[in-house]
Amino acid sequence: MSDSIKEIQKQLEEEFEFLGNWEERYKYIIDLGKELEPYPEEFRTGKYKISGCQSQVWLYPEFKDGKLYFKGDSDAMIVKGLVALLLRVYSGQTPEDILSNPPEFLKKIGIEKHLSPTRNNGLNSMLKQIRLYALAFKTLSEKKPE
Amino acid sequence: MEITESTYGKTRTFDVEKIRADFPILKREVNGKPLVYLDNAATTQKPGSVIETISHYYKFNNANIHRGLHFLSEVATEEYEKARLKAKEFINALSASEIIFVRGTTEGINLVAESLSRKNHFNEGDEVIISHMEHHSNIIPWQLIREEKGIKIKVIPINDKGELLLDELEKLITKKTKLVSVVHVSNTLGTINPVKQIVDIAHSYNIPVLVDGAQSTAHLKIDVQDLGCDFYAFSGHKMFGPTGIGVLYGKAELLDSMPPYQGGGEMIREVTFEKTVYNDIPHKFEAGTPNIVGGIGLGAAIDYLRSFNMEDIHNYEQELLAYATGLLSEIEGLRIIGTAENKSAVISFVIEGLHPYDIGTIIDTDGIAIRTGHHCTQPLIERFGLTATARASFAMYNTKEEIDKLAESLIKTIKMFK
Repeated sequence: MSDSIKEIQKQLEEEFEFLGNWEERYKYIIDLGKELEPYPEEFRTGKYKISGCQSQVWLYPEFKDGKLYFKGDSDAMIVKGLVALLLRVYSGQTPEDILSNPPEFLKKIGIEKHLSPTRNNGLNSMLKQIRLYALAFKTLSEKKPE
Repeated sequence: MEITESTYGKTRTFDVEKIRADFPILKREVNGKPLVYLDNAATTQKPGSVIETISHYYKFNNANIHRGLHFLSEVATEEYEKARLKAKEFINALSASEIIFVRGTTEGINLVAESLSRKNHFNEGDEVIISHMEHHSNIIPWQLIREEKGIKIKVIPINDKGELLLDELEKLITKKTKLVSVVHVSNTLGTINPVKQIVDIAHSYNIPVLVDGAQSTAHLKIDVQDLGCDFYAFSGHKMFGPTGIGVLYGKAELLDSMPPYQGGGEMIREVTFEKTVYNDIPHKFEAGTPNIVGGIGLGAAIDYLRSFNMEDIHNYEQELLAYATGLLSEIEGLRIIGTAENKSAVISFVIEGLHPYDIGTIIDTDGIAIRTGHHCTQPLIERFGLTATARASFAMYNTKEEIDKLAESLIKTIKMFK
């Protein structure tokens, strides 16, 4: 059984506690991005692109057995790392869990500034999109006849 | 009060350490490191004299201008109009009536576009010529006019060094060309365009020229009579002055013939519901209470700049440019975008395998401020096959030591990502 969002967030907070200065944090984030599952090229289209001023972000959703799975990518390595971080928390979870767990852990690990709308790196929009997909799939599954 | 060279007395010798001491913010730390501010094309820092002038205005002289007769309103008006005179002297305009205070370069260009359009200067099928290196502020106003009036926008191409192809300009001109609007110094590439030649070509066909001077006034001596351009727009905050203020210069006969941009108080002589008689220039184009403290602050920035020999500033920045170009060129994988023969101290670059966002984020941890992205010049960035660059842009208070720090930080960043 997969970890709950709260458990994953706690794990991340613990991992980041070991990291000292900003150089170590960014190195860790970059490594997270390197480990991200390759993004399927057939979905590198406008439909799945989330644009930000500075970097490009792609997000592909799949709804299976009541859970929402995401694949993501970015052309900037730090952003890709943060994409990996967010997907670790939100991919493979139910829409309800996604919607009821805002990304508070970001503040605790000190990277909330990367997700502010003014950063314009696509991450803030990606977070919104994750929530939108969760809302959409939740509504769709509620409409299905038993 | 007449403002002449003698108002400013003898110019200061150029001493970068003394100049740095004039700018309080340069002493601060960022992320625990001394600030290395290399984002001057985005905005410049302010000398103590400008900060003091703004503070002093609000402490002693604040009042609304042009309409009152009490003591403070007269003082405030005098200071504001003195600043207008300073701006006129600064760019060597013929008259202070040719200096319109606006919010900045963007508003200046929009004013020209709107007003000329209202005058029916543009009809369907008419043409406006811009260049491939324009900032969005000199593209979108014309696109708005295109939607309104059905004009065509033609684009002067550039070569791979980032230089305008002047012979192509003449090929683009037709009987339908109504305006040429070009940037003086490219904020992304640093290219200094041959504005005088562009004006000569356009004027030989009786076509007026607007120049976007946002990136030039802090770095080059501007003489609008010598350049011959019909409009010249620039921003206070890019020349050590406050934000929210800029100047649109326009030749008096042209401005006289143009209808107002915005309507309101101050720009009128007489108002009835049936008819309103507009004020003379420049007030015709300055509706409402202006950014009074901004204008006065801009005046102080002009005073500061004029305390130097502009040539000394330019020469020093060229030294910085040469030094930075040399150092950065040696970094493996780094490619400079924009290698025009005639450049201002702006360096856009990319590093193989690294997104500019990554570069900017990491070197920020070293206290180094650069800009990354498309710099509001998307068509230009695309022309080079890119989505973003990193950009370091210098001003007279930057030093070779700061450039050394930039290079060191870039090398460290590259290692981090290997």
